[in-house]
Amino acid sequence: MNKPEKMAAPATPLADTARAWQEAFERDTAKQPQIRNRSGIAIKPLYTPLDCGAGGESAYAARLGFPGSYPYTRGIYTTMYRGRTWTQRQLIGLGTPQDYNLRLRELLAAGASALSLIPCNSVYRGYDVDEVDPLLLGTCGATVNSLDDMRVSLEGVDLERISVSLNDPSPFTLLALMLNVARERGTPWTAIAGTSNQSDYLSHYVANHMFFRLALPGARRLLVDHIEFMNREVPRWNPLSVVGQHMQQAGATPAQAMGLTLCSALQYAEDCIARGMEPDSFLPRFTFFFDISISFFEEVAKFRAGRRVWARLARERLGAKDPRSWRFKFHGQTSGVDLTRAQPLNNIARVTAQAIAGIFGGLQSLHTDAYDEVLSTPTLEAARIAVATQNILREEAGLTDVIDPLAGSYYVETLTDEMEQEINGVIAAVDAAGGMYRAVEQGLVQQWIGESARAFQERVERGDQVIVGVNAYQVPDEKRPPALSRPDPGKIAAQIAALKTYKAGRDQARLQHGLDALARAAQQPGLNLFAATVEAAGCGVTHGEVCRVLRRELGFGQPLAMV
Amino acid sequence: MNAALARLSPPPRVLVTKIGLDGHDRGSRVVAAHLRDAGMEVIYTAPWQEIPVVVKLALEEDVDVIGISSLATDHLIVPKLMQALREAGLDDIGVVVGGIVPDDDEALLLEAGVECVFHPGSSLDAIAGEIERIARGKRAARARRLT
Repeated sequence: MNKPEKMAAPATPLADTARAWQEAFERDTAKQPQIRNRSGIAIKPLYTPLDCGAGGESAYAARLGFPGSYPYTRGIYTTMYRGRTWTQRQLIGLGTPQDYNLRLRELLAAGASALSLIPCNSVYRGYDVDEVDPLLLGTCGATVNSLDDMRVSLEGVDLERISVSLNDPSPFTLLALMLNVARERGTPWTAIAGTSNQSDYLSHYVANHMFFRLALPGARRLLVDHIEFMNREVPRWNPLSVVGQHMQQAGATPAQAMGLTLCSALQYAEDCIARGMEPDSFLPRFTFFFDISISFFEEVAKFRAGRRVWARLARERLGAKDPRSWRFKFHGQTSGVDLTRAQPLNNIARVTAQAIAGIFGGLQSLHTDAYDEVLSTPTLEAARIAVATQNILREEAGLTDVIDPLAGSYYVETLTDEMEQEINGVIAAVDAAGGMYRAVEQGLVQQWIGESARAFQERVERGDQVIVGVNAYQVPDEKRPPALSRPDPGKIAAQIAALKTYKAGRDQARLQHGLDALARAAQQPGLNLFAATVEAAGCGVTHGEVCRVLRRELGFGQPLAMV
Repeated sequence: MNAALARLSPPPRVLVTKIGLDGHDRGSRVVAAHLRDAGMEVIYTAPWQEIPVVVKLALEEDVDVIGISSLATDHLIVPKLMQALREAGLDDIGVVVGGIVPDDDEALLLEAGVECVFHPGSSLDAIAGEIERIARGKRAARARRLT
């Protein structure tokens, strides 16, 4: 203690004891390789107040605060799950509009208060059922193309009483069709609540090439038009869900997925501001959607850190003054990539661990994957187990008794800080590239994610990442559960015939009016392109026709082919 | 790489692509990069290719093996690709499929002439070894046919 000023840490009794423990630990364990989490952060065997405990009450207030107050590390609402537990938002969509409506009404009768619509891949890609190979129809979602299809899909469903979540990439024709059905029924648009789940076109460019998308400039304009229109006409609607899930499923580490998603949100906010919108007029309706991997503590820390970083960005960088603009509302989906085809029932355990990480991370709504997702589109039995998993966690496990229950853990707080640093590093790299739009345009983000996907796979190959049933603990000759049977070809043929009849029976003058209005809006940036889409849908223009006009006028966004 | 196999020379030429509607490309990108680094000549395309385009590309690029990645039921049209390859006289190109393929459908694909299906959990080395083996067999068959 001769020259205390030269020591890195003050020689408190605690530091001495910690050093002694460290020496004993190293003496008693074999030399271990450095453990790192998926985001690359080095993980120590033990955390103490020396890692995160300094600063006392003022540091607590600045970094953590209380639930419902800035910087929201401990949750965005004052009461969190004591006030209201998360929304159970399972994705559904299979077969024809009739099939979908039947399933939807079953769920609503069973007490569901939220609706989700997953359209068929043909819809995602901008086609009507009469434009693609019938073998591919209705295998992954519902085939909704026309006003008639939407009427059938929503029959008996009270749009004023449920929250609607549409997996509807731009140009948002499902929403346009739904708004027309609401208008026909006399349901005021101001009473409609829900979310456009697939409006984050940048994430589609980066990571999930299953969606129709316009060339980047057109996609950029259409999203701002959509946000502007919905904020004005359907004020309870969330027009934007910024999606980290696509990127993490495509291989981004949890820290990368969070950082890149926040960069997309910044880009969209800056685009809205450039249009002349006030941050507090649109930010309260921004929502987020994330993957929850099985890397338990890392995911908890990812969400806690993400909440804090977004609050600061919204307040300090975007200049939002309304606290509702600072709140990081998010939906979580358990990670399908973590599930295994080998010993598929084990996936129920994986989904359970992932779901708990999301709940401890403070999510607002949750989708739990069915265990057989890795075999086929989920079967009914597997979908029921996924719902039951949420019910068990909510009702039996006592997870909702205490708000942000892992706070104060030396490890979790240290990791939250370290994940925050990683996230800020990603944001700085994207800023250096000129923002998210430019980084995606150049293929930079695609390259980063590809590298992470490869690195993870190599860890699995080497056995550094054990996956039960895959590279360890294999069981010979296992029996797999049956996969979901495909839609009845007769029903699909009838659906194609019905669309043809619908198309032939339209008022040609109105149809032409709708097509012209859409093309004109595409050509004139001063007009609102989403308003024109709603108008066109009301004139009988189908989903595939809307996409074709916009593709012609604004160009299509091909993915970059890069390995 | 499978050590039991002497390396094929010139190296296998492999087309890695996706047909149909879906575009989840994590698998195709990771596998393509691994095959490339294992010394193969890899022709990689963006997703969403039409079957006639794949046939044309396979012909022009003189590939030994076509790898189709399918995560969302696009494997259902692979028998149509097999038919199109036969019609183009490209019987001696091997076709493999990787991704989410239910057991019943696997039988359907094998019956249509697909060499093998790689399911989730397949190791990259196993995939590369199998593709090299198929390429070797196809080259030998082609050599026999041409002499």
